[in-house]
Amino acid sequence: MTAFPAPPRFQQRRLAEYIAILLALALVVSSFAATAPNLGAIGRGVGRLFAPSGLLMQMFPPDFSRFGPIAWKLLETLQMAVAGAALGLIFAVPFAILATDRLSPHPLVRTAARAIIALFRTVPDLIWAIIFIIVVGLGPAAGVMAIMIDKIGFAGRFFAEAMEETDTGPQDALRAIGAGRLGIIVSAVFPACLPSFTATSLFALEKSVRGSAALGLVGAGGIGVDLKVAFDLFNYDEALAIILMLLALVIAVEQASGWIRRKLI
Amino acid sequence: MNIPLLNPAITAGPVSAGPVLTVAGLEKAFGVRRILRGVNFALASGQSTALIGANGSGKSTLLKCLVRLEEPSAGQITLLGHDVTTLGPRALRQLRAKVGIVWQRHNLVPRLSALTNVLHGAQSRLSGPKVWFQSIATDALRAEAMTCLGRVGLADRALARVDTLSGGQQQRVAIARMLMQHPQFILADEPDASLDPQTGQEVMELLLGLVRQDGLSLLVISHRLEHALGYSDRIVGLAAGQVALDQPTAQANTASLRRFFDPEALP
Repeated sequence: MTAFPAPPRFQQRRLAEYIAILLALALVVSSFAATAPNLGAIGRGVGRLFAPSGLLMQMFPPDFSRFGPIAWKLLETLQMAVAGAALGLIFAVPFAILATDRLSPHPLVRTAARAIIALFRTVPDLIWAIIFIIVVGLGPAAGVMAIMIDKIGFAGRFFAEAMEETDTGPQDALRAIGAGRLGIIVSAVFPACLPSFTATSLFALEKSVRGSAALGLVGAGGIGVDLKVAFDLFNYDEALAIILMLLALVIAVEQASGWIRRKLI
Repeated sequence: MNIPLLNPAITAGPVSAGPVLTVAGLEKAFGVRRILRGVNFALASGQSTALIGANGSGKSTLLKCLVRLEEPSAGQITLLGHDVTTLGPRALRQLRAKVGIVWQRHNLVPRLSALTNVLHGAQSRLSGPKVWFQSIATDALRAEAMTCLGRVGLADRALARVDTLSGGQQQRVAIARMLMQHPQFILADEPDASLDPQTGQEVMELLLGLVRQDGLSLLVISHRLEHALGYSDRIVGLAAGQVALDQPTAQANTASLRRFFDPEALP
């Protein structure tokens, strides 16, 4: 029986590759050295949390005495999320169409649409909230607009990817019939993308509910305003009540969204 | 009822004097690869013509060039009285509306019903929401789409999602969509491929029925020798990007046709 020598376990790499690996490792190590907290500081911090006068001890038991007003604020938070997500999803569709290779009317338009989507996605929603507070003032309207812009960036990208990935056969068939661009998009592209659009829209709603609480911290309406006030006034027990009620809302929305996803897709 | 209602007559229908399609000196190259090398032929209207040739002979490219789904590199195409190669975008769209294409892959929208897919055929002449979905279409358009489905024997599956239908049924829905288009000329790119022999035969009968009953002209690519012989009035054979055979089917010699088919496609 002929013996075949086994190949080397590792391939010989070029010097440039070794240098690239070393540079990557140096970046990771230097990043830890510059920013990571030391274990001693973490230990002392955890000790303070659990001390008799520490934050956790002051949070328990949660104070639900303002259940009614907090519930109304939660409803406002949910409404902000729904309104912002709905507007964002609606406006994401035309942006996504313009950003799609096959559907965009011109390469320049496609590049511009992609740049706008990238800008909306890259700037954090808190920054958008601060910008819209300057534009429309404090309150939920600024939050709704911040969520809308954030969702155009989020859904615009995923909608465009879904449209890029669809089978082009039905589109070509309708084009060969003489159908117009809008007819092809509505008749062939949207039905094919429906499962993906639905999943993205539900994720966008979940993301909006979670994000809308944080927007209140900068004054853009919703439960975040109450949470910030509770922390500022050292009402940690009320802050915990708000956090628990917010958690219940987020879980409820996630469960409902998961159920709808299973039913529709 | 899933039996096709369009049955071909035994003899060819009336043939008008003028050609419905004239191709002269057609060339198509992809980079340095020349696929079509000066193709010349003309088709009389009201006839079924089988386009045959081995894999890579340029049949599908020729079909696409006829309605400029592929841009010809050189040559002239006159289809339904229009010089195809010089048409602007709008005029080209209007011409394509008169040409029904049956694809090898049915190219239906999978998540939609058979009725909605058939309704899409009306996008050749109408636009707007009434031709997007059957649920919002006008009564007249729904009735017309049902008539088209009835002609291919699928009226009872109108609301079935097309991705739940068999391959043969999907091909028939595609033909019904083409009927909804009111075509004057039909191009069929291997409509019998990927179908079992019986279903493939039904689809070919259906297409020939349109030629015989409606007086439409048909140019059909088939990889099955018996279909080329049984469902055409004329045979055009392509070899190495050129027309190597052009004769009435009645005069065709089976043995001489075999060279246009790949060995595995022969019975």
